[in-house]
Amino acid sequence: MKNAAKKIYIGLIILFLYAPIGTLMVLSLNASKTRAKWGGFSIKWYIALFQNEEILRALVNTLLIALLSSLVATMIGTIACIAMTGMKRQAKSILMGITNIPMLNADIVTGVSLMLLYISLGIRFGMGTILLSHITFNIPYVILSVMPRMKQLNPSTFEAALDLGSSHINAFFKVVFPDLLPGILSGFLMAFTMSLDDFIITHFTKGVGVDTLSTKIYTEIKKGIKPEMYALSSLIFVTVLTLLILINLSPDKKEKK
Amino acid sequence: MTSKKKWLSVPYLFWSGLFIIVPLGMILYYGLTDRTGAFTLENITAIASAGHAKALRLSLLLSLISTIICFLLAYPLAMILSQIQVKRHNFIILIFILPMWMNFLLRTLAWQTLLEKNGVINHVLTFLHLPALKIINTPAAIILGMVYNFLPFMILPLYNALSKIDINVINAAHDLGADHIYTFFRIILPLSIPGIISGITMVFIPALTTFVISSLLGGGKLLLIGDVIDLEFTKTSNWHLGSGLSMVLMIFILINMVLSAIFDKDGEGSML
Repeated sequence: MKNAAKKIYIGLIILFLYAPIGTLMVLSLNASKTRAKWGGFSIKWYIALFQNEEILRALVNTLLIALLSSLVATMIGTIACIAMTGMKRQAKSILMGITNIPMLNADIVTGVSLMLLYISLGIRFGMGTILLSHITFNIPYVILSVMPRMKQLNPSTFEAALDLGSSHINAFFKVVFPDLLPGILSGFLMAFTMSLDDFIITHFTKGVGVDTLSTKIYTEIKKGIKPEMYALSSLIFVTVLTLLILINLSPDKKEKK
Repeated sequence: MTSKKKWLSVPYLFWSGLFIIVPLGMILYYGLTDRTGAFTLENITAIASAGHAKALRLSLLLSLISTIICFLLAYPLAMILSQIQVKRHNFIILIFILPMWMNFLLRTLAWQTLLEKNGVINHVLTFLHLPALKIINTPAAIILGMVYNFLPFMILPLYNALSKIDINVINAAHDLGADHIYTFFRIILPLSIPGIISGITMVFIPALTTFVISSLLGGGKLLLIGDVIDLEFTKTSNWHLGSGLSMVLMIFILINMVLSAIFDKDGEGSML
């Protein structure tokens, strides 16, 4: 009885979180163009999607920025974590405090502050400014997921490798890096997700004529949204879901924590 | 090796200086000057004008209610989830991050379809002979949008903090004669405070400062403080006023940062 109640509660919350997603998927298969009525089953929006250059360009921009920004953020963040282990306690906590600013600050404040920075530096708004902004808010996610791994690391193994004649770089990649990898990967994934879903910061730092999916949707909402958008986001969602299920079904390889 | 490590901090120091610290300085500069560049406090005191004060009050009220609802929904859920085996840890986190892969604007737009007068929810309610729901374009719909969008940010830190509690501590309390309610208030709740603070921050600040949810679900007539700032920057191009109002928001953010620094020293309540 008690267990059943628990399961129902989990189920209700998951229903709440996924109901809009289900709605969008149904809408993407709706032959009628309006959201208000069901005009029969159709895949025409999926076909129209691949002929809509504007949406496809926004998709390419979104993926490009998500990939590049999370890659660069992962590199800078991981290097920063390594550097922080060698720092004095005080310097380290100041740096961690700075790292927390983009996490705790409101997106709108981060967005307008970066916009003001680009204006005063005279940087032209476009893909470049979006990329710089995304790297900035992605680094903290990487640091916060690599740092716990760093703390669990045993420094003796690195020193042992050095004693046994390994070079610094070699010792790092053979000994330290494999231990950090799970943290680095989850940081990368988190950064990628955040970049993909960001609207507010992109809204303030993008140039005229450059759009990611979020900002494209925002302009479309005002003019009336095209059902191709529902089709595209359903495709993205189903792809990710399939990938995650495949990863989770594959047998666990000694990953315990 | 320590001397070499110092060089490694240069890229991040440079980056965070240029893209985190300097931009905040820019907001302070614009917020405290007028168009001619002279010092003024007018952009900040502008918050007291009728329209701005109303927007701030509405934002505070709605985000406070949303945060409380998120907490009340998420805490029992996190407790149930924390009893599931550790092996499933990553999978549980994924379930709550996954919705983010569907664009946030589209998800919020979908609530329009669900809540509309002739929407899905009302069809179900009429079918069950229940009274129809009339919350679209009201503050209640905005609250629903906030709860929906930010609930995962409450669930994850709570789940993280609760699953770290040593089961032996709880068992010891029971062995020493404490009942479930007493154990909850004396052991579980105090030990989960880092998660609670982190969850409240991660929900309250985005909810306080959002500017899209209100226009999507509130019918565009209810202005939140985020909407006002957005208008100042993108429509009227009054960056000075926009920066001044952002500084007012930053006061709330600072209070929050101080609180989380006091209660969550080791970052135990973090999301990841």
